[in-house]
Amino acid sequence: MGTLSENKRAALLSILLLFVGLLVWEMSIPAQKAVGELTEYELLTGGGQPKAGVPPPSQVFAKAWEQLSDPFYDAGPNDKGIGIQIGYSIYRVLTGYLLAALIAIPLGFLIGMSSVAYKALNPFIQVLRPISPLAWMPLALFIIQDSEASAIFVIFICSIWPMLINTAFGVAAVREDWVNVARTHELGSIKTAFTVILPAAAPTIVTGMRISIGIAWLVIVAAEMLVGGTGIGYYVWNEWNNLDLTSVIFSILMIGVVGMLLDAAFGFLQRRVTYIE
Amino acid sequence: MNSFLSIEKLTQRFPDGAGDELTVFEDASFGVEKGEFVVILGHSGCGKSTIMNILAGLAEPTSGVVKMDGELVRGPSLDRGVVFQNYSLLPWLTTLKNVTFGVQARYPDWSKAKVIAHATEFLAMVGLEGDVIRRKPSQLSGGMRQRVSIARAFANHPKLLLLDEPFGALDALTRGTIQDELLKIWGQMEQTVFMITHDIDEAILLADRILLMTNGPFARVAESVEITIPRPRNRTEIIEHPNYYAIRNHLVQFLGKRSKELSGQPSTPGETNRPTQVRIDKTIPADDPEDQQPALRAVNS
Repeated sequence: MGTLSENKRAALLSILLLFVGLLVWEMSIPAQKAVGELTEYELLTGGGQPKAGVPPPSQVFAKAWEQLSDPFYDAGPNDKGIGIQIGYSIYRVLTGYLLAALIAIPLGFLIGMSSVAYKALNPFIQVLRPISPLAWMPLALFIIQDSEASAIFVIFICSIWPMLINTAFGVAAVREDWVNVARTHELGSIKTAFTVILPAAAPTIVTGMRISIGIAWLVIVAAEMLVGGTGIGYYVWNEWNNLDLTSVIFSILMIGVVGMLLDAAFGFLQRRVTYIE
Repeated sequence: MNSFLSIEKLTQRFPDGAGDELTVFEDASFGVEKGEFVVILGHSGCGKSTIMNILAGLAEPTSGVVKMDGELVRGPSLDRGVVFQNYSLLPWLTTLKNVTFGVQARYPDWSKAKVIAHATEFLAMVGLEGDVIRRKPSQLSGGMRQRVSIARAFANHPKLLLLDEPFGALDALTRGTIQDELLKIWGQMEQTVFMITHDIDEAILLADRILLMTNGPFARVAESVEITIPRPRNRTEIIEHPNYYAIRNHLVQFLGKRSKELSGQPSTPGETNRPTQVRIDKTIPADDPEDQQPALRAVNS
């Protein structure tokens, strides 16, 4: 073992933990008795019917195989492939998120550059920020009158705050020396913003964007459970109504995987803009 | 009075936090000639850095004016390059890009290739060549970073170069090599330089003239000491020069004793408040035998 690198040892341990976990899960689910082994009393009380229970991992894998081998099938409003459902969710998340970024980053620049703007807007931010995004849903549904757009609005409102606050903080914390370098080189304010302040504040801004995308992905599941129709959140709730726990567990895993990929994309972006002083 | 750079009756007051005002310096007046290397020496708190920031256009004086080439200094300008003590390189850019950043701002109509060639040439002048110029500042030593900063400033051909304790954060050996680099590049460019330092030996090595400041508050530029050691200078040879220790002793005396004695006096109105010109030269044999001993001759302007 001493010859293996730290990463390899960690990977081995991960795989071991996964196997042990799956094994414990598989063993802890009581198998359904075969009909022939049942007593007459058990048969009369319906013991032969398939029981709803937490499925063992083997069934979840079988379901995952079945779903992932044809992710984009469309057999009517209540039967769409997992790929289509996730696609709808990602579309909603990205639309709301990009709208939020378009507003939060320029506004954050303004707040970061001007202490008057910061002091004037701070009370509003502090009141609006802690509101659960789902609390906006009834108002959004009433005003927008469209469930699709309302879900996007909820994503917009939940992802705007971390980006806004981090941009403002990052811009305000840009070292004065660097701004002085821009000043002594007679750079205009637009040029200073793009060549000095933006790269200097980029690590903080991207951190805010990473937090935002994480929150947006958390919220879309809940929002889709409310608005229904399509999306991974609707899919989870629909399978719960069908009492198909295998699909529920499978979709929970898929939510985790997609969330991880979104986060990894921003992690990559973060490494690109990070600099060492 | 018609110096290339003239500082007239410069005064800086700050609120002292108790509702009163603190006068850092008052009615400071002096001039710098074209091509001159002027060093300002003084204890911390006498407002050297404030004077530097005013010259750079990064700060506004309470009163008084700074004129360069007959024009009033208002706000920062590419005509006045600054080398900051903490290098102030942009850490997300490579060494080369830190220099091209400045060159592009100075010469916006140059082609990209010309900008890169110009920047590379100036980096080579401070001894940075090859692979080093593609590194980020975080991968360079403190001395190398300050070299980049010096190259950036010289590459822009400013009319006046301001150096704010450029070697303050460096160890003594590195400091020595970079002082030599600075002397070399300055010798080639005939650049007017105004520099702040705490280091007496550095000042004597580099300067044509040293301005001595009294302690604050009410600091003023009390003396202007000419360095009567011929160039090119070399750190090992200048100490052999007969004037070296005479000048050094004068500076040490001033900073150790007289800067304190002269401090804290508000200036008398109507006085010009220009620094006393001091010239120490032991190489000229005195005609009058009575003048043999005092090598120090104060010449009031």
